[in-house]
Amino acid sequence: MVKNPRWIVYSLIFIALLFIPRILSIHDLMLFEYGITFAIVGLGFNLLLGYTGLLSFGHGAYFATGAYTVAMIAKYLPQAYSLEILIPAALFFSMVLSIIFGFVCVRHTKIFFSILALSLSMLLFALLFKLYHITGGSDGLRVPLPTLFGMSFKGIRRPEFLSGTYYYFLLGMFSVSFLVMKGIVNSPFGKALQAIRDNEVRAELIGIRVRRYRLYSFIISGMFVGLGGALWTFVNGHVTADLSHWVFSGEIVYMTLLGGFGIFEGPIVGAIIFTYLKLYAMGNTQYWMFVIGGTLIVLVLLLPNGIAGAFAGLWTKIKKGVEET
Amino acid sequence: MLTIDNLKKHFGSVKAVDHVNLEIKEGEIVSIIGTNGAGKTTLVNLISGYIKPDSGRIQFLDKDITYAPPYVRIKLGVGRSFQLIQLFSNSTVLDNVRIALFSKYGMIRRGLLPADRYSSVTDEAIKILDSFSMSDKKNLTPKGLSEGDLKILDIAIAFALKSKLLLLDEPTSGVATNDKFKVMDSIVKAIKKEGISTLIIEHDMDIVSGYSDRVIVMHEGKVIAEGKPNEVMENKEVKATVFGIVS
Repeated sequence: MVKNPRWIVYSLIFIALLFIPRILSIHDLMLFEYGITFAIVGLGFNLLLGYTGLLSFGHGAYFATGAYTVAMIAKYLPQAYSLEILIPAALFFSMVLSIIFGFVCVRHTKIFFSILALSLSMLLFALLFKLYHITGGSDGLRVPLPTLFGMSFKGIRRPEFLSGTYYYFLLGMFSVSFLVMKGIVNSPFGKALQAIRDNEVRAELIGIRVRRYRLYSFIISGMFVGLGGALWTFVNGHVTADLSHWVFSGEIVYMTLLGGFGIFEGPIVGAIIFTYLKLYAMGNTQYWMFVIGGTLIVLVLLLPNGIAGAFAGLWTKIKKGVEET
Repeated sequence: MLTIDNLKKHFGSVKAVDHVNLEIKEGEIVSIIGTNGAGKTTLVNLISGYIKPDSGRIQFLDKDITYAPPYVRIKLGVGRSFQLIQLFSNSTVLDNVRIALFSKYGMIRRGLLPADRYSSVTDEAIKILDSFSMSDKKNLTPKGLSEGDLKILDIAIAFALKSKLLLLDEPTSGVATNDKFKVMDSIVKAIKKEGISTLIIEHDMDIVSGYSDRVIVMHEGKVIAEGKPNEVMENKEVKATVFGIVS
C-alpha cells in the first residue's frame, strides 16, 4: 500500500487535514465540514455513476433519510440521541430505502433509471413535506448537539462543537468511508460493476447477474449518501424536506461532475469546491444560480472529465513526456 | 454433451430457428455454416441464454437449460464469444480475463480486498493470456489492440470461464486474411489442450474444413445438411444454397 506514491499523497493530505481547525476560521471550517460531508456523498454517488454507469437524479432521498433519521431520533427518541447510535441508524434506514427504491429503479437503465430515481425521491419529498406533525413539513426539524459515548456537549455552542470533537469525528468517518470505497472499487466486486458499466451484455454472459449487482451498487451508494446526510445535520443544525427535492439531487450530480466522475478522487474535489463556490456565489450576487449554471456549461465544454480529471490527464501527459525524454 | 430437440425461434414471420435438432459430443469441434440470415447466430444466442426460444428443448450435460438464465449456463460450462467483439473497454486486457475468472469462481461478491491481492486469479489470467500469446499486452486496454488481438481476447474471456462447451461466433470475422490462421491456430491449440467441445460459426470455408470435425449447414432456420467437412462440401443442396453453385 505504502509503495504506491498515491498512498503517500493520501497520508500527507490526511496529516494536513488534522491541522485544519487551527488554520481556518470557524466560518471557513464549517464550510469545509459541509464539504467533507458532501465528499462522503460524492464517494457514494460515484459508485453508481462512475463505476456502475447509472445516473440518479434522486439521491437526495437517501441524504434526506440519513438527515431525518438523526432529526427524528432527536425528536422522538432523545434517550438514543448519541452519535454511536445515530450513525448506524442512519446507515440502516438509508439501506432500507435504497433496497426498496433500488429494486424498482435498477430494472431500467439510462433516462428511465434517472427519471424513476427522481420520481421516487419526489415521493419522499411529498411525504416529508405533507406529514407536518411528524416531520415538521416546510419548517423542518431542529437538530441539537448529540452525545458521543456518554460525552455530553451541553452548554457548548455549535461552532465550538464543530471545531473540536466533531471535526475529528467527521474526519474519521470520511477516512473510513474513503478507505472502504477505495476497497470496493478496486475489489472483484468493483471490477464487476465496471464490467456492467462498460458492457452489460458481456457482463451478463460471463455470469454476472447484472440487475442484482446494480442493486448492490445502488444500496451501497444510498448508504454512503445517507451517512453523508446524517453527518451533515450536525453541521447544519436543521433539516428540511428540500433535501429530498430533485434540485438537491441535482446538486449531488453537479458536484460529482465538477470534480470528475471518471476518477476516484473527483467527487471529493468537486464536493469541496462546490460548497465554497455555491456559498460565495450566493453571498456575492442574487444571480448565484447563473454562476453555478455558467460554471457547469464551461465545465462540460472545456473540462468534460471534471477538475480532478483534468489534473489527472495533465499529470499523465507530463509523466509520459518525462519518460519519453 | 449438448442435445437440441426441435428448437424454434421466430421473429414475427421470420423463422430464425425452425425446429432444429442437433447434437455435439465431448471434445468435438463442430462448425455451423450458412448464408446470412440462416439462423446461425440466433442458434448460438439460444444456446447461450441470450434469448429464449419459442419452443423446443436444450439439454446440456443431461440438464434441461432451455429457459435457464445465462449465469446458470455459465456455471454448467457454456461459454461464448461474439461476432461483434464484446469487451470491457475501459479495463486492461488482464482485467478483462480476471473479471471472467472472478465470476467463474463466484468471487465477484468480494468487495473489500483489491483484485490484485487475489494472486492465484491473476496468475491464472496471465496463464490464459499466455496460451493465446497475449500476456505481453496484459496492461493495455482494448483500445490499443489490433482487430485480431481483440478477437483473441474476446475468446480468451470465454475460455477463462472454464467452459466445457465453447460457442464461437465468427472468430475470424474482421481479422486480416493473413492473420486468420494464426488466430485459429492459437484458439484451437488452447481448445484441444483442454478438450473443450466447440461450436464455431464461420463463413471462411478454408477455416471450416481445416479445423472442424463436423459441419452443420443451416438455411432459413433449418439444418439442411450435416457431416464431415468434405462430405458436406460435396452435398448438392449445400452447393446450391450456400455457395450458389448449380450443377
